[in-house]
Amino acid sequence: MALLEVSNLGIAFGGLQAVAQLDLKIEKGHLYGLIGPNGAGKTTVFNMLTGVYTPTEGNIVLDGKDITGKSPDLISKAGVARTFQNIRLFNDMSVLDNVKVALHNQIRYSMWTGILRLPAYREKEHEMDREALRLLKIFDLDKEASLKASQLPYGKQRKLEIARALATNPKLLLLDEPAAGMNPNETAELMNTVRSVRDQFGIAILLIEHDMNFVMGICEEITVLDYGRVIAHGDGKSIRNNPKVIAAYLGGD
Amino acid sequence: MDKILSASDVYDRMMSCPHYSGAVAIVLRFEVYYRMQFLSYLINGISLGSVYALIALGYTMVYGIAKMLNFAHGDVIMIGSYVVFFTFGSFGWNPAVAIILSMIVCTVLGVLVERVAYRPLREAPSLAVLITAIGVSYLLQQVAQLLWTSNPKSFPSVVANSSIFKPLQLFNGQLTISAETIVTILACIVIMVALLYFINHTPAGHAMQAVSEDRGAAQLMGVNVNATISLTFAIGSALAAVAGALLCSSYPTLQPTTGAMPGIKAFVAAVFGGIGSIPGAFLGGVLLGVIENLSKAYISTQLSDAIVFLVLIVVLLVKPTGLLGKKVNVKV
Amino acid sequence: MFRLKNMRKSTKSNLVTFGIVIGFYIVIQILSALGLLTSSLSGQLVPICSYVILAVSLNLTVGILGELSLGHAGFMSVGAFSGTIVWTTLYGQVPNWLGLLLSFVVGGVVAGLFGFIVGVPVLRLSGDYLAIVTLAFGEIIKNVMNACYLGYDSTGLHLSFKDAASMNMDPTGTMIINGAMGITGIKKASTFTIGIVLVILTLLVILNLINSRAGRAIESIRDNEIAARSVGINITKYKLMAFITSAVFAGIAGVLYSLNYSSLVAKKFDYNTSILILVFVVLGGIGNIRGSVIAAALLTVLPELLRAVNDYRMLIYAIVLIVVMIFSQSPQVVAWRKRILDGIRSRMKPGPKAKEVQ
Repeated sequence: MALLEVSNLGIAFGGLQAVAQLDLKIEKGHLYGLIGPNGAGKTTVFNMLTGVYTPTEGNIVLDGKDITGKSPDLISKAGVARTFQNIRLFNDMSVLDNVKVALHNQIRYSMWTGILRLPAYREKEHEMDREALRLLKIFDLDKEASLKASQLPYGKQRKLEIARALATNPKLLLLDEPAAGMNPNETAELMNTVRSVRDQFGIAILLIEHDMNFVMGICEEITVLDYGRVIAHGDGKSIRNNPKVIAAYLGGD
Repeated sequence: MDKILSASDVYDRMMSCPHYSGAVAIVLRFEVYYRMQFLSYLINGISLGSVYALIALGYTMVYGIAKMLNFAHGDVIMIGSYVVFFTFGSFGWNPAVAIILSMIVCTVLGVLVERVAYRPLREAPSLAVLITAIGVSYLLQQVAQLLWTSNPKSFPSVVANSSIFKPLQLFNGQLTISAETIVTILACIVIMVALLYFINHTPAGHAMQAVSEDRGAAQLMGVNVNATISLTFAIGSALAAVAGALLCSSYPTLQPTTGAMPGIKAFVAAVFGGIGSIPGAFLGGVLLGVIENLSKAYISTQLSDAIVFLVLIVVLLVKPTGLLGKKVNVKV
Repeated sequence: MFRLKNMRKSTKSNLVTFGIVIGFYIVIQILSALGLLTSSLSGQLVPICSYVILAVSLNLTVGILGELSLGHAGFMSVGAFSGTIVWTTLYGQVPNWLGLLLSFVVGGVVAGLFGFIVGVPVLRLSGDYLAIVTLAFGEIIKNVMNACYLGYDSTGLHLSFKDAASMNMDPTGTMIINGAMGITGIKKASTFTIGIVLVILTLLVILNLINSRAGRAIESIRDNEIAARSVGINITKYKLMAFITSAVFAGIAGVLYSLNYSSLVAKKFDYNTSILILVFVVLGGIGNIRGSVIAAALLTVLPELLRAVNDYRMLIYAIVLIVVMIFSQSPQVVAWRKRILDGIRSRMKPGPKAKEVQ
């Protein structure tokens, strides 16, 4: 059984069918790409997978558990983490705290332990600090740990979002345009980072990206959406030569 | 009906009635009386609600276009009322002239406040603007207190000796609608229609809609955002002047804090109807006035405000954007 | 290494806050011993403590959770009434310290309960809508308490929301709340020392909460609700936690305030009081707890200090409010201020940047 099994997923906003009859299978430890022209419904798929939108039809099963229509915090607990197309960091909190927030369900202690500063408080806080710094180090952000998230340059903000997502200890990581706004050098570096994250954490990654070199370079399987429907699925090579995909991108029929 | 009958009065009269038919007649009169009373409460409620609606229009337009809660709006009403009080009440000017002068004063005041206090904060966090508006509200109240003391002034009705507007007697004189009530309701309807025409059929109105939808895009399309926001404050403040004159004609005590409570209630009315929506402000205002007046009459005078606010909370919980408000989706 | 520095930074900052409070207490005690304290100022000491608690607790909602509440006086009111009822009923029947302790506990718990009742439905709303609903809540409390008649006689408790006559109480019964007249004949119990102890307690709880797992969760909701949910934060739970904690301390502050006077009326806790507390929070710096402490204390005594210009003091207050907001919050003014400061600095000692330009 695959890690994520999506069957017949669809959502309509009023009369508009944004996504329809989407089937998706994601195996543990693999890298997947979700591509398609602007407005094809890619981010909408992410929003359904993470509980931001409730699908109007279909099922999402993660690791044998049905998570369709669950609230985002429960889905996060179940093991799906994400980044956002328009970066959503906790801007007024420190870089370190951004990651520590995401450790919320990994390292726990009660409100009273915090208020009364019981011994467990120190212990767990140290554990959180260690873990958060370890994650920041992977993205070369540990030197900026005490800065405010909003003070980071754009590229580092994107990285911090990934570090934060990883802190929730996900089984599946969804990256929404991770390379947007990066120059070719940064993109190349990001490709390495994404690969090494997959190898180190052994998780599955599904990413939306417009940079075809990026997608073709690292994704083992690619799904192409157009007008909310899957028009092609396969490895990089077969996608590149698929006439339907070419037509969708060039705007022909 | 010559005098108000209590239930025990009715009972006594029935018992002293020699004939059965007489008793029935008294019961019928009793019922008619209460029906008339209800109508009168309802009409007064609509009148009060019309005043709320006029004030709420100012709140809602400013919120829709400048995206701020102008807490000082209620105090503009108070300033306007003082202008009418002195020109019409003390100097005996023609009421129409007095109201027009009051509208001019309020317009200037509203535009000035926006220019000096709100415009520098347009890009600041909304809380900063809110606190500044509260500061302006205190300021206007304090200036009024220094100029005119906090002693309540007895406000003369602007339609009291009018030759055009007379109290209306209905049902053989069983129901009297005061001239103030008639003028208030009429004024509100006329202003409402004029405003909707202005917003939907004039270039300046279109500019307002554009700024309300997307300030940045409007600016790129060549709309003068500053002028449009100033115009919004001007219109809102002019309406506040009218509202002040009408409010104080029906509730004739004028003091520096007069504007505060109607201001808050009009704000509630604006939210109630869906803030940002002009028909919403009208609907919210009228409903609020009716609910307030009916609960004063039939439930409790002291608790009427509590009931008004409770209804607001319930409405917002059922329909978080108010009765006619638009839902805004956050793009993820 | 950054971790250690960080921990030290927040702890140090908290210690400074406690230092200010304790220092203030010591200075006042010395002034009082030397007889240098004017009676008008010493009358303000308990209200100062009360307003500090209110401002700190409201800052938890406004600054840390990021939701605007305009009904803080409502929680203060329910706390004040319930705590004062406990105090006056138990007076003379239990030791005073116990009665006092119980009245603070009851005041806090009842206010917290109202925080829960109000919070569950209204925290689904946000922004200006939440603000208006909390304002409405405060006004409802004021109106209901203003119309509330409560008393007891040999047959038990009597309650009415109409007038004293409709309570059907025995003439020998005892009136507890007498409508708009409120509670009268309260034995004053609040002292400056109790006030300071409560301020420290409030600061301890709220600062520790902020610098903990729960506090970070609350802050993350403020910064980005959608992202907070995406990392597994149960936002309803943490919004409620902040809201209820804030209400509990408002209730305690209400009891402290009320037991400083011989009578308690509902009108005191109106919308203007809520606004006043909000002003403390905003001027002290949204999210800045120490700022709330200082702003609440200074602004409570400011009108007293301005007594010389009695007629104009509220006018001055209003102008100060507007000017401070524009000066501290307007992006243009802030940029202009920064330019001037940088200009002065670079003229004073030419830094590397200035050299580069040359």
